[in-house]
Amino acid sequence: MQKTLKKYFVIFTVPTLFAFCLAFIVPFAMGLYLSFCKFTTVTDATFIGLKNYFRAFEEPDFINATLFTVKFAVIAILSINVLSFLMALLLTRKIKGTNLFRTVFFMPNLIGGIILGYIWQSMINAILYDYGTTLVANAKFGYLGLIVLMNWQMIGYMMIIYIAGLQNVPTDLIEAAHIDGATSWQTLIKVKIPMVMPSISICLFLTLSNCFKLFDQNLALTAGAPSKKTAMMALDIYNTFYGRSGFEGVGQAKAVMFFLVVATIALTQLRFTRSKEVEQ
Amino acid sequence: MKKKVISALLSVAMVATLLMGCGSQEAAPVEEAATEEAAPAEEVAPAEEAAAGEGQVYYLNFKPEVDEVWQSLAAKYTEETGVPVKVVTAASGTYEQTLKSEIANANAPTLFQINGPVGYQNWKDYCLDLKDTDLYSWLLDSSLAITGEDGGIYGIPYVVEGYGIIYNNAIMDKYFAMDGAVVASTDEIINYDTLKAVVEDMQSKAADLGIEGVFASTSLTPGEDWRWQTHLANLPVYYEYKDKKISDTDALEFTYSDNYKNIFDLYINNSCTEPGLLGSKSVDDSMAEFALGKAAMVQNGNWGWGQISGVEGNTVAETDVKFMPIYTGAAGEENQGLCTGTENFFCINSQASEADQKASIAFVEWIFSSDAGKAAVTNELGFIAPFSTFEDDEKPKDPLAQEVLRYMADSSKTSVAWNFTSFPSQQFKDDFGQALLEYAAGSIAWDDVKAVVVERWAAEKAATAQAE
Repeated sequence: MQKTLKKYFVIFTVPTLFAFCLAFIVPFAMGLYLSFCKFTTVTDATFIGLKNYFRAFEEPDFINATLFTVKFAVIAILSINVLSFLMALLLTRKIKGTNLFRTVFFMPNLIGGIILGYIWQSMINAILYDYGTTLVANAKFGYLGLIVLMNWQMIGYMMIIYIAGLQNVPTDLIEAAHIDGATSWQTLIKVKIPMVMPSISICLFLTLSNCFKLFDQNLALTAGAPSKKTAMMALDIYNTFYGRSGFEGVGQAKAVMFFLVVATIALTQLRFTRSKEVEQ
Repeated sequence: MKKKVISALLSVAMVATLLMGCGSQEAAPVEEAATEEAAPAEEVAPAEEAAAGEGQVYYLNFKPEVDEVWQSLAAKYTEETGVPVKVVTAASGTYEQTLKSEIANANAPTLFQINGPVGYQNWKDYCLDLKDTDLYSWLLDSSLAITGEDGGIYGIPYVVEGYGIIYNNAIMDKYFAMDGAVVASTDEIINYDTLKAVVEDMQSKAADLGIEGVFASTSLTPGEDWRWQTHLANLPVYYEYKDKKISDTDALEFTYSDNYKNIFDLYINNSCTEPGLLGSKSVDDSMAEFALGKAAMVQNGNWGWGQISGVEGNTVAETDVKFMPIYTGAAGEENQGLCTGTENFFCINSQASEADQKASIAFVEWIFSSDAGKAAVTNELGFIAPFSTFEDDEKPKDPLAQEVLRYMADSSKTSVAWNFTSFPSQQFKDDFGQALLEYAAGSIAWDDVKAVVVERWAAEKAATAQAE
């Protein structure tokens, strides 16, 4: 078996490897190189060193976008995970219609970000109309709107992961805790949560990376209005690259920095939560 | 075991041939092949072969609303001359992005367009000198073309457009017939004070006039605000340039900021939509409001006729659609005409092959000189073409184009030049638009808007200069 695997290794991995290189490694390397260049089209670039990186900080946009992203991510990650965990606890109890509810809660996740953004835009605007204002009139509305939208979209998905985790908690452990006189709160904190730690790592990682690289929903909901106050990092990079002539390299430099920031945060988080996981 | 290896190898070979087959259709002439797949490719082959000698045209079109017209023109041209013409249209508002990625391809557009001197700065490495073309010699006003530092002609305008305040004459007449009307005819509205008095009086009688507001919504949704941050903003800039006798500046003082505020306040306070809700309105919304008779006036250009006539159930008669200049209270505005100019310049890709360049120039010249081309330009595109090849009876017939021509011919009126082609960047316009949105929503004061304009202008001019 091992021998056959080796023999077919090339046939099975080369196509994927080729596609991966073409769609990921090559653009990434090009992007890295282009962040040190001045260019209008990606095939025609001149090397200018670190200038793009300095220019990225000449205007407050990038810093503002970073701060807004962090502000958004902290609240969204907490609310999504807490709510989806509660939902999972609720739907692992023996109540009628759990399957139906699980499906319903999961469904928003099947809708694309752009469409979701527009749907929520009209829903929120419909309410704000009565108060004589709109979603783009005040940055607060955009901020809250984004949080609500992300919660609505991602809770279902995270809930499924938590349900799988909770169902895998051995019943004998829970029974043992029960016999020892643990209250249900104690069972939750001391038994269930440590046992679902792998799910928590995964969910935190997913929400964290999704919140940081959020683009579609941001673009469709507010497009950064008013005055770029609700623009997140990905949108700011896109606007810099495509929206401004002569700023292609700056956009690229921002993208490289964005990658580094997100990679660092995500890896730190993974390492931290992994260390809390227990063996079953 | 052996069998399995053979079958695996065979399948790999099959996939490989498939892939190669796909690739070769583009790259090399298709060799005689007995497979069914190659058959359609063979049919195309003669056309492509012919193209190799004469060059081919790839036009990246700017206006999605006229995509069909260009496609049919391209087909007609190919039929007549055998030169293949490919027309691709960029989605609304994404022209720069599309051009940026398309021009990096091996099959780059041979014919594209730029929006003026600022666009030329961005694309000058790709613009061919068109000084010796017939197209340039046909240009009625050669100062409209884009001239490079070396004196070459790098962009040729293909349409002249005008904008102002479009009004519905039926509603105006209804108002003039009322008791206590401020003036008796639109001819008497020749400055901001009269306009303001009329508009405010009309607004107070809106119910009797059967309208919801005098002005259609001042659309301030991001991406829908170009009528204010570009077109309306042209007026104060025009007057400032005129005072200083310049045509561009690194530092705009926005001396006519109060004039801008005058007209902007008039728009948002006498409208069918509350100022706070303007952030959700689009250009289409406001054109529809005008077409349905909910509003008596709307600021837009002659290209807006299609949007007015195309609205289902529109109540505006063709003969009632008229233009009025935009008055802001600037000195001497009694003689002001419409804002006329152009933001559409044809450029030929200087990095395309010579055969392709020649084919593209021939295609454009055919459009603006052949009967079929001219008919499509005038009747279907509705362009006022600035070329000597067009006779008087070949000008567009739609009411707004007629109005633009009327104002241009009226020697007592001075047309306002399109100075917004010197605005520093799209970023500046967007920032301005966003500031207007916040002003309309009541979150910031007018002085803040003014500060944004002055600061962003200087910053963006500096940034674009640095980028070059």
